[in-house]
Amino acid sequence: MKTVEEIKAAIEAAVPGAGVEVVPNPSVSGQHSLRLAASHAVEVATFLRDDAELALDFLSNATGVDWPDKEVSEKVKVTRTVSKIVDGTEQQVEETVEETRKHVVPGCLEAVYHLFSVAKKHGPVVIRMKTANRTDQVHLPSLTPVWRSAEFQEREIFDLFGIVFTGHPDLRRLLMWEEFKDHPMRRDYVEPDDFEYEPTAHDEVLKRAQERRAKLSAVVSGQEGAGA
Amino acid sequence: MSTFVEEKDKLPGWNRPPVIEPDGDGELLEVAMGPHHPSTHGVFRMDVALDGERVIRLKPVFGYLHRNHEKLGEGMSYLGSMPFTDRLDYMCPLTNNWAYALAVEKLTGQEVPERAEYLRVILGELTRVVNHASAIGFLIQEMGASGTPLMYAFKQREKILDLFEALTGARMMVNYMRFGGCRVDATPAWLGAVRKVLDDLPQFADEFENLLRGNEILMARTQGVGILRPELAVNAGVTGPMLRASGVNYDIRKVDGYGIYNRFKFRVPLGEHWDVYDRFMIRLLEMRESFGIIDQALKDIPGGPIMDPKAKLRGFRPKPGEAYGRIEGPKGELGFYLISDGGPNPYRYRIRPPSLINLTVLEDMCLGSNVADVVLIFGSVDIVLGEVDR
Repeated sequence: MKTVEEIKAAIEAAVPGAGVEVVPNPSVSGQHSLRLAASHAVEVATFLRDDAELALDFLSNATGVDWPDKEVSEKVKVTRTVSKIVDGTEQQVEETVEETRKHVVPGCLEAVYHLFSVAKKHGPVVIRMKTANRTDQVHLPSLTPVWRSAEFQEREIFDLFGIVFTGHPDLRRLLMWEEFKDHPMRRDYVEPDDFEYEPTAHDEVLKRAQERRAKLSAVVSGQEGAGA
Repeated sequence: MSTFVEEKDKLPGWNRPPVIEPDGDGELLEVAMGPHHPSTHGVFRMDVALDGERVIRLKPVFGYLHRNHEKLGEGMSYLGSMPFTDRLDYMCPLTNNWAYALAVEKLTGQEVPERAEYLRVILGELTRVVNHASAIGFLIQEMGASGTPLMYAFKQREKILDLFEALTGARMMVNYMRFGGCRVDATPAWLGAVRKVLDDLPQFADEFENLLRGNEILMARTQGVGILRPELAVNAGVTGPMLRASGVNYDIRKVDGYGIYNRFKFRVPLGEHWDVYDRFMIRLLEMRESFGIIDQALKDIPGGPIMDPKAKLRGFRPKPGEAYGRIEGPKGELGFYLISDGGPNPYRYRIRPPSLINLTVLEDMCLGSNVADVVLIFGSVDIVLGEVDR
């Protein structure tokens, strides 16, 4: 089978401006993946399926991955000019100091697809797409029109991760019930005290529950800040 | 094998369920089949719209057994998830163990000793026999043959579960395989017991087949019912006996040759009519091929260790990276997708459930047929809700 670089070249020849990049996998499995730009994903997927040599007619596994915002601290050496008193006179001196800088790597949601070929009996080819952020821009094109097997799996990703697949014929929650609000597979999900909770006259129960909830969400956002 | 490419007419929507117009002007009857219905193998619901007896629309509803297994997997160590895999498809715990162990071995590059590979094959194929026999039993039960065929199947299942219990200590929740091997070694007495059970199995298969194959009611109710075209089956990700009953030669034991499957001689039975009867017959034939594989494995099994001596069970932290490992489970392609961030727990732990994905085409197969056939078509998919809902 072709290597990921060869597949990337084939895609770029067939779909101009596809914007494919190789995502290396450092593990021994050696299953490197291709990141598709959302704008051309359906075209690229159709090419992968219909190309005579690749013939990736079988989408085996589709799943989501949540990458929360991550704060990275790194030590940087900075050179700057400071005024110092040298030999009784004030002079401008270059000085190198080590500083700890923190920046936030913005999080995203990712959809990962594992493709195989039934006709050619090869695979897997891993393709992935990522959303712009985790809150309001969570749209990705649906690959269900290309591979029907994504139908339930994309519904599951929508349900558990909250990626909205545009072009999906029937995008509803799959495993959770329809009135459910959150996305349980996200890393910062806090489960409610009681799914069937109804406010009653028991004020102290309500108060305790609210306190616990506030505490839990504080813990989770704290963890996220310190994230690995 | 290029038929799938050519047959694709590339019109948008070729792989969607057809639209069936109701004839006459009566009202449509909406029926919720399940979630507690004897034909649904557990808590599964189908919302069906009927025009008289004809199915116009069918929407499966999932999630009654959902426990967010994947989230549980992220919260515990790699080894901690092993007993939980038993609970996925509780009819075939050993193949679930195997798929998970295989995915982790792909992630870390661990070797499996030869004897452990043979034990895995023997146990995996015994599991396949159990699953296929029970699946046929349940299918015939749903057709109205109350009891007898299912009891034939369960008689053999008991014998095989006794073998599992003797080796692993549990009939169903076995927790047997490890990354880089198996948990306990088989004694010569146990291998002798497998041989004894195996000697009876072909006779059981003959009996079972004679009881069912030529039965007029079975033929009338299953032949030409629930047809699944091969190009749709491939596009919809259908795997396992379902796919092969649609005439597609794709068996992961042959394609990937994972473990030591390259060493065994076996055939891949294929269906020609793509209907419920083919799915029933494919399972019978695959059972017979499994007997042959177990027989070869029992003849060749070498001595030696059953665990990779370098395998690390405690403090196990794979290097960052990801891996997708899959096996030919009795119900289809069972895969595990793991992402490691270098920590003791997987960052992402995903199960590719064959039962759920095989149900994608349930609507396509049922549309236009009678509501009584829905039960049969559903039975021929062979699902377990523990795996569908996870």
